[in-house]
Amino acid sequence: MEHNNQKLVEQVERELLSTIGQKYKNERFWIGLLTVISLFGVGAWIYQLKRGLGVTGMRDYVSWGLYIALLFFFVGISLIGALVSSVLRFTGTKWRYPLLRIAEAVTLSAILFAGVMPVLDMGHPERLYYLVTNGRIQSPILWDVLAIATYFTGSLIYFYLPLVPDLALMRDKLTGISKFRVWLNKFMAINWTGTPLQHKLLKRAMGIISVVILPCAISVHTISAWLIAMTMRTGWNTSIMGPYFVFGALMAGCAMMILVMALLRNGYRLQHYLGHTHFDKLGMLLLALTAFYLYLNINKYGVPAYNMEKDEKEFLDDLMFGRYKIPFWFVQIGGLVIPIILLSFKKIRSSIRYIVPVAALVMVGAIVNRYLIVVPNMLHPFVPIQHPLPGYDSYNPTWIEWAISTAGFTGFILFIILLFKPFPVITIWETMESVEKNGVDEVGLEYMSNQKYAPRYENYEN
Amino acid sequence: MKAEDNNSRRNFLRMGMITTATAAVAGIGLSKVLSKDKAEKGSGEEVKVLSADGKVFVADSSHLKLKTHTPVTNAESRIGIPGKKFVMVIDLAKCEGCGKCTIACNKMHHLPKQREWIKVLEMQDSHDSAPYWFVKPCFHCDNPPCTKVCPVDATFKREDGIVAIDNERCIGCRFCMAACPYSARVFNWSEPMWVEYSAKQGDTTSKSTCCSKIEDVDPTDNDAPPERFFESKKGCVEKCDFCPHMAREGKLPCCVTGCGKDAIYFGDQNEDAVTNKSGQTVSLSQLLEDKAGYRFMEELGTKPRVYYLPPVNRQFPKPDMKNSESKS
Ligand code: SF4
Ligand code: SF4
Repeated sequence: MEHNNQKLVEQVERELLSTIGQKYKNERFWIGLLTVISLFGVGAWIYQLKRGLGVTGMRDYVSWGLYIALLFFFVGISLIGALVSSVLRFTGTKWRYPLLRIAEAVTLSAILFAGVMPVLDMGHPERLYYLVTNGRIQSPILWDVLAIATYFTGSLIYFYLPLVPDLALMRDKLTGISKFRVWLNKFMAINWTGTPLQHKLLKRAMGIISVVILPCAISVHTISAWLIAMTMRTGWNTSIMGPYFVFGALMAGCAMMILVMALLRNGYRLQHYLGHTHFDKLGMLLLALTAFYLYLNINKYGVPAYNMEKDEKEFLDDLMFGRYKIPFWFVQIGGLVIPIILLSFKKIRSSIRYIVPVAALVMVGAIVNRYLIVVPNMLHPFVPIQHPLPGYDSYNPTWIEWAISTAGFTGFILFIILLFKPFPVITIWETMESVEKNGVDEVGLEYMSNQKYAPRYENYEN
Repeated sequence: MKAEDNNSRRNFLRMGMITTATAAVAGIGLSKVLSKDKAEKGSGEEVKVLSADGKVFVADSSHLKLKTHTPVTNAESRIGIPGKKFVMVIDLAKCEGCGKCTIACNKMHHLPKQREWIKVLEMQDSHDSAPYWFVKPCFHCDNPPCTKVCPVDATFKREDGIVAIDNERCIGCRFCMAACPYSARVFNWSEPMWVEYSAKQGDTTSKSTCCSKIEDVDPTDNDAPPERFFESKKGCVEKCDFCPHMAREGKLPCCVTGCGKDAIYFGDQNEDAVTNKSGQTVSLSQLLEDKAGYRFMEELGTKPRVYYLPPVNRQFPKPDMKNSESKS
């Protein structure tokens, strides 16, 4: 057994090293496509800057729209890093290792785009620096800026720290790579030689940051929830908003994690390392989170729906039976109830082919729900909307907004794919360590024995 | 085009000043300017002028401009007018829903027609209760949720009670719009229109690309408005500003003087006096006591500076709610 493990550890090292710098599947096509869409969005933004926010569908009543909904969405997605790297770490989960770096990458990319979204929404983005020169700490926006910046920094550190031993490994073992990358590996590996002291320090640093990052993550999303909960508006002004956002975010993050894992597994050919165990376990997590989110939804909408206070009534009528009934019931049934039922079956959960569409369903539901949190409320102010100018009493995002928002998504994916061009998707040393200690099955690696060097199985069975 | 418009505006302003010139000469608020326009033919009417350093000299009246105010610095307009606490009372019993307050406001602020800083709404509190007209400016709340959330102090509460917006500072995040429970704030989604209204009220000639945007005006120029809040600027929020520049001159806001029914009173809470268009000045506390004054949605705790007198014994026909596009 011992001997066998040792052999597997070596195999892990060999295989994972060989994946570095590998071309993403159909790389030219995908990267080209994503870049074109992103650039189109940038163009749309420049147009918006020139003409003003009048080119969007937002008007005086619905003064926040798609961009802010996406801000909430991206901040939400970013919570997955903390969930996987911290919570699973505290619980001593052994299958987490292959997921760690993916989760951190999703977090980094998401929080980056979460930082971009409000800038897109600003009337005067060139005055952004006023937040520093004239910032008022009483404003939740400033809290949000600080929280996002802190969380981004924390995530960057958390991405980098476990990368160091891998970089040293790459520095020592990778050959035939460009001079720049040799230099980069050497530079970023900061003289890591793997001495026991270095290991001890690294482990301690990671231990500290895994504790610190958790409150950061929760606060960053709670504060985004407060952006709307701290206004006096029907439907927003509720104390459930913080947890509602956080758990909605964990759910969306978990679904996003499944999707990104499937993407990278296929694109970077990691079938050995991202196996059924991982999808099954994440599927279970997703099941728990969707169920809990359904519970929060029942609280958030059920309690005011029972009381039917005057302003709530108008808002809820519109949401449940009026203009927003289709998206609303889609979120509740399509985005929550159906996934809960589907995920209850182990067969569906552990089949990568099935769980991906389910996760996609949850994801779409989560995005639509973010939209529903922001927009319909704004159409129900205390003072009734009367004699509005044309287009002021409804909100329909324009193609500019769609273009910019889509570019947000493609940029988000592109960033993740590009991030894994120079760095290994799977943390090599941690996986090796864990395989050595716990064996391949515990870590969730699959089919290690029947494949040799460098996995290149296009037709690999799911 | 540009120069011409500028000129006509200046002439218009000067005309207003000459009429008051005689009175002003006796005082001290006069200064000699406009030597640059010497080429223009004088009207021939000569006036004696006392200059700031105590010299008396004679000038042609058409070459004089009345200095209606000392230019107010940005810092001063952030503090407000010392010793004042502005307050507004709207008597719903007197309002007939004609919308003249809105028209006057738009004229004053050069806003396009449907951009309403002061709105006239049709309200009906419950199915069987009588509908009434509800006039809604910004309430200039004493506990303003809008200023609380502004990340850059672009919207702020002045010592004289006015909630103002600095559109050189505003980053356009629109958090204040989300925070204001009364939908008082509007945003300049695109390049704003600067509308010149002709002398006849309500008759608009829209010149969207007009010259006399205030940003072109030298702030040390006498013609420049003393408080620069009311320039509409792309990408900034704006709202009813309680006409602080009028208050500096001791005048009533335009909606007050626009209301032919004397429904709006404006004044200083420190003096406990409010005045309407006809010039009736009454005691604020007495008025609120006699007519059971109240504030809109008091339960929100925003402490508005605008009081309402309930629509009892209405003097004018009630609104026809069927015409209202109210969604409630
Ligand atoms: S009415 Fe609205 S905009 Fe005016 S001070 Fe109150 S909260 Fe602010
Ligand atoms: S839109 Fe302008 S005034 Fe309003 S909160 Fe943002 S920066 Fe402040």
